[in-house]
Amino acid sequence: MSTEPDEGESFPRMRREKERVHEQQQEGDGIGWDGQTLREQFEALEEKTEETGHYAGFEKLDLKQSNPIEYEQMFAQLRGDLVNARETSKEVAATPIVEQEGELCYGLFTPEGDSIAVSTGIIVHIHTMSEAIKYMINHDYEESPGIEPGDIFVNNDTHVGDVHACDIMTLIPIFHEGELVAWAGGVNHVIDTGAIGPGSMNVSQASRFGDGAYYTARKVGEDLKLFNSWKKDYPDKTRTPDFLKLDERTRMTGCLMIRDAVKNIIDEYGVEQFKQLSREAIEDGRRGFRNRIKKTMLPGTYRGASFVDALYEGQDNLTRAYANENHLMHAPSELHVREDGSFQVSFEGANKWGWHPYNCTPAAIQGGIWVMLTQTVIPNSNVNDGAYYSCDFHLPVGSWANTQNTETAHAYAWHFLVSAWAPLWQHLSRGYYSRGFWEEINAGNANTSNWLQGGGIDQFDKLHAVNSFESACEGVGARYVEDGEPHAAAIWNPEGDMGDAEVWEMTEPLPFLGRAVKPNTGGAGRRAGGAGFESMRTVKDVSRWLLYEMGNGYMTSDGGLFGGYPAASGYILNAQNTDLEERFENQDDYPQHDLDPESGDFESKIDGEITRRPEGISTPKEFDDYDMYLNYLRGGSGLGDPLERDPEDVVADIHDGYVLPRHAKDAYAVVVEKVDDEAKHNSAVQGEWELDKEATEELREERMQERAETAKPVTEWYEEQRDRIRNEEDLIDDVKKTYESSMRMSKQFAEFYHEFWELPEDFEFTLSEKAEKSLENRFKTGLKQKWDNPTKGHETWLGIGRDDEPEVPYTWTADRTIQDLPSPDASFSDTTAEPATDDD
Amino acid sequence: MPESYPREHIEDLVDDNLEWNQLHDMMSDFKDADRFQQVRDVLQERVDWDDPIIIPYADHLYVVAKPDNRWVIKCDCGHEFCEHDENWKMDALINVRDSEEAYLEIYPEDMHPHPDYMELREFFCPGCNTLLEVTNVMPGYPLIHEFEPDIETFYSEWIEEPIPTAEPESA
Repeated sequence: MSTEPDEGESFPRMRREKERVHEQQQEGDGIGWDGQTLREQFEALEEKTEETGHYAGFEKLDLKQSNPIEYEQMFAQLRGDLVNARETSKEVAATPIVEQEGELCYGLFTPEGDSIAVSTGIIVHIHTMSEAIKYMINHDYEESPGIEPGDIFVNNDTHVGDVHACDIMTLIPIFHEGELVAWAGGVNHVIDTGAIGPGSMNVSQASRFGDGAYYTARKVGEDLKLFNSWKKDYPDKTRTPDFLKLDERTRMTGCLMIRDAVKNIIDEYGVEQFKQLSREAIEDGRRGFRNRIKKTMLPGTYRGASFVDALYEGQDNLTRAYANENHLMHAPSELHVREDGSFQVSFEGANKWGWHPYNCTPAAIQGGIWVMLTQTVIPNSNVNDGAYYSCDFHLPVGSWANTQNTETAHAYAWHFLVSAWAPLWQHLSRGYYSRGFWEEINAGNANTSNWLQGGGIDQFDKLHAVNSFESACEGVGARYVEDGEPHAAAIWNPEGDMGDAEVWEMTEPLPFLGRAVKPNTGGAGRRAGGAGFESMRTVKDVSRWLLYEMGNGYMTSDGGLFGGYPAASGYILNAQNTDLEERFENQDDYPQHDLDPESGDFESKIDGEITRRPEGISTPKEFDDYDMYLNYLRGGSGLGDPLERDPEDVVADIHDGYVLPRHAKDAYAVVVEKVDDEAKHNSAVQGEWELDKEATEELREERMQERAETAKPVTEWYEEQRDRIRNEEDLIDDVKKTYESSMRMSKQFAEFYHEFWELPEDFEFTLSEKAEKSLENRFKTGLKQKWDNPTKGHETWLGIGRDDEPEVPYTWTADRTIQDLPSPDASFSDTTAEPATDDD
Repeated sequence: MPESYPREHIEDLVDDNLEWNQLHDMMSDFKDADRFQQVRDVLQERVDWDDPIIIPYADHLYVVAKPDNRWVIKCDCGHEFCEHDENWKMDALINVRDSEEAYLEIYPEDMHPHPDYMELREFFCPGCNTLLEVTNVMPGYPLIHEFEPDIETFYSEWIEEPIPTAEPESA
């Protein structure tokens, strides 16, 4: 324990720290180490890192080498304190989002904003909080509004450092003897941001002005007390003020616990050793990442592409007429694993941002990729910003991945973000395959939807909003060595869970009518993707209540691997003006599920206005008591040829509710026979099945023969497709608009596309007047950048324009050969301007 | 953490004979140093041809050394696709699912992509008709060349071994 704990209201230690800082300021010293200003210290760190190729110039890990036990003890102690802060403080919150799902995390950061250690939870935010701290340093917060002991800062501005506005972060500086030694940060997902529609991630707005309240790295308190101006401000900017107040207390509780933990560790080991640890832990993390890559992958280039739909044409309640159009996300993904084990990730060819809330900022993409890499690549290493220092990102300015435009909407950036990193799983898995680490191979993650959201006057006659986090529990992609986990997790929160239905019902006026595994949601394969699930909800005791859906529909964003099929895509099912109340009164049957959408079961058990459509997104629409809403949570993608799946496993799939009996034959060529009508293994189907081995063997042989007969040589297909594209046959406007958008964003992609299909140099897709106008409108909008005084390390986000060469090599080629390398021994790393160095 | 698993353990990994707890231990442990060589050697024993495996490339596919200093992508059925740095898909068979009817064989109604927006391209080996890859792309998308390993750097810098070579062809 600290030898001099803060006591009561007065926080004597904090006050003495503050006096010390004021004395230094009078002498002209900054709050950085040795009297530097924070910006000076940050610039020096960037310089040393660039010069030496080692974080902060730490070419040697002196503490770790001289006293490894103490080094590990200190790191483990900090890590434990962060986890403890999360586990304790989440009990303060009232929302099931935090309390049930644990949508909360904490980080300890260097004065320059690099994370040293992190808690469990939504660790995507370790790097977003890092960016928020760097923003404050870059924009001279030390001068105004000042950074002093006891200060409290809040941020949820995605252009500063966040994924979307509903993730609100609290940051407090930690001082020792007049120097800033660290930052404590905590972030949680709130229920409602005061957007134009209720819920944390409204979907009907065209721009930032409908996303809800943004707080741009704002000082909201001093002396560890919130300003009255803050306390009187934010509660009125949300429909759920009480929940947000408790969320803030949650974050403050955790941050103060971390502050105490740091003080204790300094008391125990001395401040110099703490500073040494904070540098070494990050350099150690950086090396750990590269070593792991060198040990488990192959150097070279990995490519993939993913897509997802955001269909707005004809949707009601859009905020702008020009937002009434369909958008498709195009995410070409290129990963270079360099000779030194570092990563270069490029999204060159990504299409333009849109008038929808799925745009991303660099902080969102970096954070998103970071959370994935820490779960997959470095589970045994120091999990901190060391991984960030091993990755370069190329996110084309003006694309959906890096809008650099503060007018764009970002409320559910995850829709594009999760979909865009789907190929990254496969890049890693291809490397693991070649290297023999088959136990690490994973086909991908699920599209983390549907998002059930809405709000209005609830069962307690209060204005309320809801944001079901059942979506924290999706099926995950198949492994090489096992099927994917069913209804397991979401990539953005490794600790995710579906939550107790009873707890959701306490805060949502949406009683559960049923909850069950949903068949055929996981992709087919030798290893099947993990199944998703569904909840059937009704509405009770509400007035002026809105609900909406959010997820993929016309496209599946998660591809299969090695012959496995993609996960299923989403659809919408609602019923309004129903006879559910009468059915309850008469004790008649009512729908509890929609496990097989083709069965007609739902429609047979309810009368009303039924909406069933294969799209994934709807804008807020009115619901009343006894209306119904299907919340369908997606599955993961499959791996391997489905005809290689053990037929007995397919029978088990039927009995477990993962596969509908008719798809045993169609997707897996497995013949099953119903042997008992009465047995009930799951909610989806009634009956017991047995395998017909002989018929299965026969069918599989036939299926192989059919493949040979129906499939055609790719060379033949290529010629047909080339003519199709040249003549623009059977290509809809939405698809052509997406290609044109990417080609106008990226001359590299345009050249590749033209070369691949042997198109005339002046070839352009013919677009409708509406599509042409849409592109023109967005391309002409230009940039409205948030960072106006970046240090050198952050200029990379701003320096790459659509007419410039990307800083990472673009190697998509049409001539079927690897890029021209200067010599037989040359590697991809030779093509980078300044290869990173690492001497261990 | 074993520096090296016993040969039988790696054979069980390749042959899909490990129990979940064994696999879980392998995931949790630090990684063994000679996995690549061990898996490559077991795979070499499992295939019916003699070309030395340079790397396992993808499920069923390998980059192998040929006598004339060529490295080619080869299926375990023996079919040879192309040079190692070319896209094997150009030499594959393809079936495209781009209709409601074709989608319904794999997915229930409303749970599959819209054919106007996305197609599934199924790539088969011309030698054994195994389904090697399925890609989900917008219609009109170029073929994706997913993986170009830098074999020279891998062997010379990362594992510091000579790259396997084939015996010269006898006259």
